Amino acid sequence: MGGIKTAGDLVARMQLKKMRLPEAKRYVADKLGTSILDLSDSTIMRTLREDLDIGVVTAVPGIAKGLEAKARIAKLLDIKINSVERLKEKVGDLLQ
Amino acid sequence: MPALSTIVTRMGDAATVEMTRDELHRDIIEGSAAAAAKGKVPVLEEREVEYLLEMFSCPSRIWGVERGHEAILTKDGSTLTLCSSRLSSGVAAPLGREAAVRLFETAFAFDTMEVGHTDYSVKPAKFLASLEQEHMELLQHITILPLFYGFMPNLGLYYRPDGPYPNPSDLLPMGKIAEARASQEEALEACREDIVWLSRKMIDAAADGINYDTVASTGDADFLAALQACEEITSTTDLPVEIGMAAEMVLGFHGELEYDGVRLAGLWPHQQLKLVEKAGASIFGPVVNTNTRKSCAWNLSRAVTFVKAVTAEANIPIHPNVGLGVGGVPMFEVVPADMVSRASAAMIEIGRADGL
Repeated sequence: MGGIKTAGDLVARMQLKKMRLPEAKRYVADKLGTSILDLSDSTIMRTLREDLDIGVVTAVPGIAKGLEAKARIAKLLDIKINSVERLKEKVGDLLQ
Repeated sequence: MPALSTIVTRMGDAATVEMTRDELHRDIIEGSAAAAAKGKVPVLEEREVEYLLEMFSCPSRIWGVERGHEAILTKDGSTLTLCSSRLSSGVAAPLGREAAVRLFETAFAFDTMEVGHTDYSVKPAKFLASLEQEHMELLQHITILPLFYGFMPNLGLYYRPDGPYPNPSDLLPMGKIAEARASQEEALEACREDIVWLSRKMIDAAADGINYDTVASTGDADFLAALQACEEITSTTDLPVEIGMAAEMVLGFHGELEYDGVRLAGLWPHQQLKLVEKAGASIFGPVVNTNTRKSCAWNLSRAVTFVKAVTAEANIPIHPNVGLGVGGVPMFEVVPADMVSRASAAMIEIGRADGL
C-alpha cells in the first residue's frame, strides 16, 4: 500500500487488531479526517503526515522520527503500541 | 485460413509460452475447477474468469489493482532478500540488518517489516535470542512501520541428525508407525515450548507482532505446535500473531493429531483458517502451490479460487503468499515481474485478500 509513503503503516497497525482491509481503511481514514482513496495517495499523504507530525518517507529535519512518530500515531489511532508503552515505562516519570 | 493471434505468457516454471485466447480461457476454467474439486469450494464466477482472461491477454508488462484497492504487505524472511544468498533469492548486499530494515521502510515503502535470524528457524534463533532482541530494540527506536519478529517452527530440525528425536522419515519406511507418531508428539512439544519462549522474548523487546511462517512445513505436528503456541501467546499477551503456511494442504506425517477436535492432516486453506482463528491469530497467510507443468493462467486461477474461499469465511485479515512457487507465481529463483504483478492484483481483486 505504500508504507509511510502513504498510510500503509497505519492501516497495517489496525490489521494487527484483526480488522479486515475495508474496516481498517475506514478506521484510519476517519481518524485522519480524510477519505479512503487518499490513504494510498502519496501526494496527499506526504503533506498530511507532515501536518500530523507522524513521520514522512523522505528525510526532513524536525519531523518526528521513529519512536516519536509512533507515540503520536498511538494517540492519533487510539491504540497501544508495544514500543511506545515500553518508552513510557522507561522514562514516563521523567516526562511528568 | 489466417493464423490465430497468440498471447505471450508463462508456464509455472517461468518459461515463456505462447497461447491463444481460447487456450488461456480453457486453462483459467480448468485451474478453478481443479481447486474446486480438491477443496470442495466454489469455482470462479464468469466475471472473475473474464477478469483473468483480460489480464493475461493484455500485453502490458505490469498489471495492478484499481486505484483505492491497494492492500497491505507483510513479509516473511526478514531482510534476507537483501542480506542473504540465493537460498532466499537474496543478493548478499553489504548491509547490516538495521540498514536493511530502514531501506525496506523508506526506499521500498513496505507497510510492515520483520526482524529475523538468517536461518529463520526457531531452533537456531533461540540460541541467539539476546542478539535478536537487541536488533529488535534498536530498530523499534528508529522505525515507524509495524515491526514483526519472524521465524519458522521448522519441526524437521528437532529430528536426528539435527535434533534429539528419532526421525519419522527413518521410522515410517520401516513400518514403525507408532514410534514415528510418538517421536513427533515429543518433538512438537519441544518446538511449541521454543516458539512460546522466543515469542515472549520478542514481546519484551517491544516487537509489534510475531510472524510464524512456513507453518506445517513438517506436516501436521508442525502445524499443531504453531497453533498451540499461538493460542498461548494470544491468550496471555496483547501481542498479535500472524500465521503463514508452507503449502496448500497439511501433510499427515502423523495422521491422527487434532486441534480443537479437528484432524489436522489433509486440511485445505479455508479449513486451516478456522483453526488459525480459533488459536487467536490476527493475520492468516494461506498458500496455494504452483504446478510447474501448467500455465500461469491455470495456476493463478486455481490459487485465487482457493483464496476466495478463505476470504469468504474469514473474520481476520488474509494475506495469501504470493512469492516464488506459490500463489500463481512461477517456481524460479528470479521471479518475473509480469507474473508477480498479475498474481498480486488478482489475489486482491478476485481473491478479496486484505494483503499479501
